[in-house]
Amino acid sequence: MEYEEIVHRCFRCGYCKFTEDYHDINCPPYLKFGLDTYAAGGRMWLINAWLNHEIETSKHYAEILYLCNTCGNCKEHCVFTFKDDLLNIFEAAKAELVEKGLVPAAVKDYLQGIIANGNPYKEPQNKRGRWAEGTGIQPFSDQEFLFYVGDAGSYDESGKKMAVSVGSILSEGGLSIGILGSKEKCDGNDVKALGETGLFAKLAEENIRLFKEIGVKKIITLDPHAFNALTKEYPKLGGKFKVWHYTQVLAMLVKDKKIPLSGYELKVTYHDACYLGRHNEIYDPPREILSAIPGLVFAEMKRNRKNSLCCGGGGGNFMTDVSGLGKDSSSRIRVREALETGAEILAVACPICYKMLDDAVKEEGAEEKIRVQDIAEIVLQAVQS
Amino acid sequence: MIDIYKSLVEIVGDEHVSTGKEELYFYARDPGLMPAHEPDYVVAPETTEEVQKIVKLANKEKIPIVPMGAGMSLTGLIIPLKGGIVIDLKRMRKILEVNEKARYAIVEGGTSQGALKAYLDRNYPNLRHSIPDAPPTVTIAANVAIHGQGRLTQQYGFNSDMVSGLEVVLPTGEIAKIGSCSMSPSWFSKGPTLPDLSGLFLGWLGTTGIMTKVGLKLYPKKKMRDVELFVTDREDLIPEILFRLTHTEMVEDITAWFQAKPLIFQGNHHVTLYITGDTDEELEFKRKMVWDSLKEFRDSKDGGFMWILPAMKPTFLDMPQRSVTTFADVKKGGGFEYSGPIALIEKYPVLARKLVELGAKFKVAYSGMARVIGRSHAMMFGIAFTFNRADPDMMERVRKALHEGITFAFDQGGIPWKPTVEEQKMAMERMDPNTLKLMKMIKENLDPNGIMNPGNWKVA
Repeated sequence: MEYEEIVHRCFRCGYCKFTEDYHDINCPPYLKFGLDTYAAGGRMWLINAWLNHEIETSKHYAEILYLCNTCGNCKEHCVFTFKDDLLNIFEAAKAELVEKGLVPAAVKDYLQGIIANGNPYKEPQNKRGRWAEGTGIQPFSDQEFLFYVGDAGSYDESGKKMAVSVGSILSEGGLSIGILGSKEKCDGNDVKALGETGLFAKLAEENIRLFKEIGVKKIITLDPHAFNALTKEYPKLGGKFKVWHYTQVLAMLVKDKKIPLSGYELKVTYHDACYLGRHNEIYDPPREILSAIPGLVFAEMKRNRKNSLCCGGGGGNFMTDVSGLGKDSSSRIRVREALETGAEILAVACPICYKMLDDAVKEEGAEEKIRVQDIAEIVLQAVQS
Repeated sequence: MIDIYKSLVEIVGDEHVSTGKEELYFYARDPGLMPAHEPDYVVAPETTEEVQKIVKLANKEKIPIVPMGAGMSLTGLIIPLKGGIVIDLKRMRKILEVNEKARYAIVEGGTSQGALKAYLDRNYPNLRHSIPDAPPTVTIAANVAIHGQGRLTQQYGFNSDMVSGLEVVLPTGEIAKIGSCSMSPSWFSKGPTLPDLSGLFLGWLGTTGIMTKVGLKLYPKKKMRDVELFVTDREDLIPEILFRLTHTEMVEDITAWFQAKPLIFQGNHHVTLYITGDTDEELEFKRKMVWDSLKEFRDSKDGGFMWILPAMKPTFLDMPQRSVTTFADVKKGGGFEYSGPIALIEKYPVLARKLVELGAKFKVAYSGMARVIGRSHAMMFGIAFTFNRADPDMMERVRKALHEGITFAFDQGGIPWKPTVEEQKMAMERMDPNTLKLMKMIKENLDPNGIMNPGNWKVA
């Protein structure tokens, strides 16, 4: 297995479970189950045991590996020099299971959905661009920016709502954007996180080829997961484009007063998406946007920025749902944390976080107290009010 | 016949019980060098009532139980030597109360040191507790159960001396309150002026009950904290240096340490001492007292204060000190273990020389660290070796070095801290027979079925 020379070096000391100041546990599967095997140190020791043939491949072993949300909290807080390889090690261990065909059924289903349909929702390709109908957003031809929406933005109800808001506000700000519609393919970020590196490479190469063929130079992504793949993985495969997450662009438009903000008199807290925050260190733009809205009162949750608690949807879990909901699921804990701030809006910048937290609000029975909104949706309301 | 797994699921829910091979593998061992032994079940309760039900079940069925915090003693104290149920207490992590004026906190039995520190930093910035340099995940209950030490040990003794009350689930399932909380809503005393029953649990390594709540004394936290580093190449001077420093009563924590690598440290003994103050004047006054106390050694050129690079200060001021944990990867192998005998400070020179000798004899990388306990009343002398977990030969050499080291420390009049089962046996062989008889009497009365962490403190 790749990285196997590192695995035995984990001391299982537990720094990886915490926030930086240790005030709470910040590893989603460990929060839910409370057994050390579910934390990063546990996974490291189990992978080492598996490599040494001390444990066999089993359904439970696979579940433990696939419960990792790839949120990166362990990588952020591990004290050892190999910390940067932690997620790579987990990915490599999952790749071994993929190779042997021993992944959990839900993961297999997810991957087969992408192979057969091009998306894990198993929706037809020609439905990809339907969210844009009536928005005036045109297919990409010679526009300055490709607005890359991704699977969740194309098929998930919350994601589609978000795609409309982002597309509309970018247009409102005067940007020339176009979409791929039915030509768009899965970015593959979570496919890679699930250990299907071969499928990821295929998707990435196809996307890169298409982008080059149609003359894409600049890309704005809806989804932080896509942003991550396009900025970190695609260049390794020859796909070098200028890529922004939409909050970065929106922050510039707001700063340059290209978007007329009236007001939005509500208390808002913001949830950092792992693939925007910890993975790519984009913490300020969403906050700059919210802070610029007249009347909006911003409140931070206890866990924020590099200490943010994952919504539980990363690493494909938003679809595979290996961990499920429950009072100790990180999405529900996150909603309770948002409620503690007194905020009426839980702002997000990721369609996966949107879906996970929206479901969690319902599970918590908190619909009367708080609702999830995407940053662009908030900005649109501030423009319209 | 009762289905134990089903019964445990009924108590804590199926997400928090496992008989999976993966959990049995993980909970069979700790990061140290002791041989693994698998439990039959692993369970993670969330409340005292759940712990009570598990213990009653185990006692009725005569199943061994092992209470566990983070499992970082490194000496195998949470290895289920007789199988049975490992009770991982870390889901019980609520901080229940802080009495600011009486300076104590009440925490659940799985509350981590890191979480209490963060809670106090955020909510009571004038208060602190005696945090050890173990990773922040280590629990307060486990730390006092092994008589741990921390940053305030030089001032206030062992961390277990700072306990201000306990709630314990006894091996027979009853819940006992220990200290002032047994008759009052306040947790300000673990015993005095009542009979001090805390001694039935503190230091017993989980063999007499499970601490589900701990009252812990808090102490003033000064606004400023700084570090000084005194260096000498004469280990024979260290006892006197420590004696003089403790005489000033101006210092927070004092440790003396030495190691072979990096080369900048080789051949020298370093005394790290921390001073705190609410004002610059207070800090500078204490600094002057400290410097003056060691004037003789400075004048004779036997030692001096080393300037600490600003970039190095955060490492020293870190609480807990991450660099203690990273010692585990010096050999790129993820392992270290240390014996920590408690001994007189006058034994520092012989113990230090022995550790260097052991490092050379067994060809292993060592680190020596003595933490002053009280006003030079004693010290914990850490005999630490790092090892590569993928190198069985190196691991065996470290085992041998540790055994020889602890034997030597006992011969020097030391007593064990967080002893391995082997070290417990060695200690009991040297103990007064009537002390042993009393220990046996206590154990048999509290735990008639012998279910609590069996194999530890087992009097023949």
